[in-house]
Amino acid sequence: MVMMSELPLGPLPDVPEATSDPEALIAFEGRIARGERIEPGDWMPADYRRQLTRLIQQHANSELMGALPEGMWIPFAPSFKRKLALIAKVQDEVGHALYLYRAAETLGKPRTQMIEELLNGTSKYSNVFNYPAETWGDIAMIGWLIDGAAVVNQTIMATGSYGPYARALKRITYEEAFHLKQGYDVTVALATGTQLQRDMAQEAFNRWWWPTMMFFGPPDKQSVHTGILHRWGVKPKSNDEQRQEFLRKFVPKMIELGFDIPDKDLRKDPQTGDWIITQPDWDEFKRVINGDGPMNKERLALRRLIYDESSWLRTALDRHVPLPAAA
Amino acid sequence: MYGDPTADADPSVAFGHDMPFYTRDWHFDPYHQRLTVARRGAPDAVHFDTEWGNWEVFIQEKRGEHHTHAGTLHAPDAEMAIMLAKENYARRGPCVNIWVVPEDAIAASAYEDADMFEHTTDKMYRDPAGFQGLRKKAQAGKERVGDEAAAGGNP
Repeated sequence: MVMMSELPLGPLPDVPEATSDPEALIAFEGRIARGERIEPGDWMPADYRRQLTRLIQQHANSELMGALPEGMWIPFAPSFKRKLALIAKVQDEVGHALYLYRAAETLGKPRTQMIEELLNGTSKYSNVFNYPAETWGDIAMIGWLIDGAAVVNQTIMATGSYGPYARALKRITYEEAFHLKQGYDVTVALATGTQLQRDMAQEAFNRWWWPTMMFFGPPDKQSVHTGILHRWGVKPKSNDEQRQEFLRKFVPKMIELGFDIPDKDLRKDPQTGDWIITQPDWDEFKRVINGDGPMNKERLALRRLIYDESSWLRTALDRHVPLPAAA
Repeated sequence: MYGDPTADADPSVAFGHDMPFYTRDWHFDPYHQRLTVARRGAPDAVHFDTEWGNWEVFIQEKRGEHHTHAGTLHAPDAEMAIMLAKENYARRGPCVNIWVVPEDAIAASAYEDADMFEHTTDKMYRDPAGFQGLRKKAQAGKERVGDEAAAGGNP
């Protein structure tokens, strides 16, 4: 799950940076224009390395933090089947964090440092996980809307220019397809259920509509560094393009399920087929990024606690005596 | 929203008074008891305490097939690497066998040398596609031989 286009730059990775080299830059941009993937040992501009490290690291953080709101609901899943699916999904999210931290490491920043930056709050993660999951309806909306948005975003990012990230995303989008189905299944069950269930779904829908609109980042005209990121294949499509892709796929499904969309001015442009939305509160977006969301403190505190509590396991693994290798 | 998790507990205020019921009532569950601890006393800073080597993971989907590269992970030793590889790369889909290889045991050619894989001459002679139209040739040859035999007038 991702939303990182507008998050601030993290510290520079501790690697010898390629200094400006016009010839190498021309060759690099030529490779990207030909659709070639850039691999870890290749020459790359310092800015490419820095932006990608920031992007992949924040994406990895988001996967790890995204496991928390849903993980809390595992004991309260309404049936055994739902519980098994939710456990599997949460395990997937943590696995995705692993794929992504490994991809980010290939750019030169050690995982230890990245985990430490997450725990001490200097490296960001997607805003959506700083909102509470108040009812089972929120689990439906996270699975359907947030994972739906993530699949749109990640499918686009999987066409990007950096090999290890693109390969990790290929595996991730394959697995996220199950998450999306799971979320849609829960949503359909609630939206076609009893009055109580339908109300629960609608209330959760109201809570998640605006965070979902914020998920892809501020509109293009406010976006600072889309140009070069697009040219270098770091960000194949802009925030607005990604948001449109999501809306085109999901608004018809929302209408079909009878949801009352909180954006009363939402309408389709008859010429382009684009959905015109009321902009969400971008000041709130910035506040939440900077640590002042409803759940920021709690989520990070829990992440630290989990890290602290599992320290004995890492120590044990470090000191255990391996079996002799098979002959 | 639910109070400052890092602040010391104020005994005059019941914990969770500002929480919705489903959060407040969760405390029978061990997971959410930890949440209480997290709200009150999770450490402010935790330092990463381990750094293990990288292992490349290869998965065999079916006995007799090739192992294919699935991804990489950190592990303290081969045994743990296999266990973690199972959790990370064989969660779904078939798998009958896993190889793990320390990253530094892999030697690789350089992309700069990719021209060494280019062919200096046309290699169609070692490709089935380099041998075209054989049925037609055979047919034509057969007809020609048949015609000659007819014209030669075997008795």
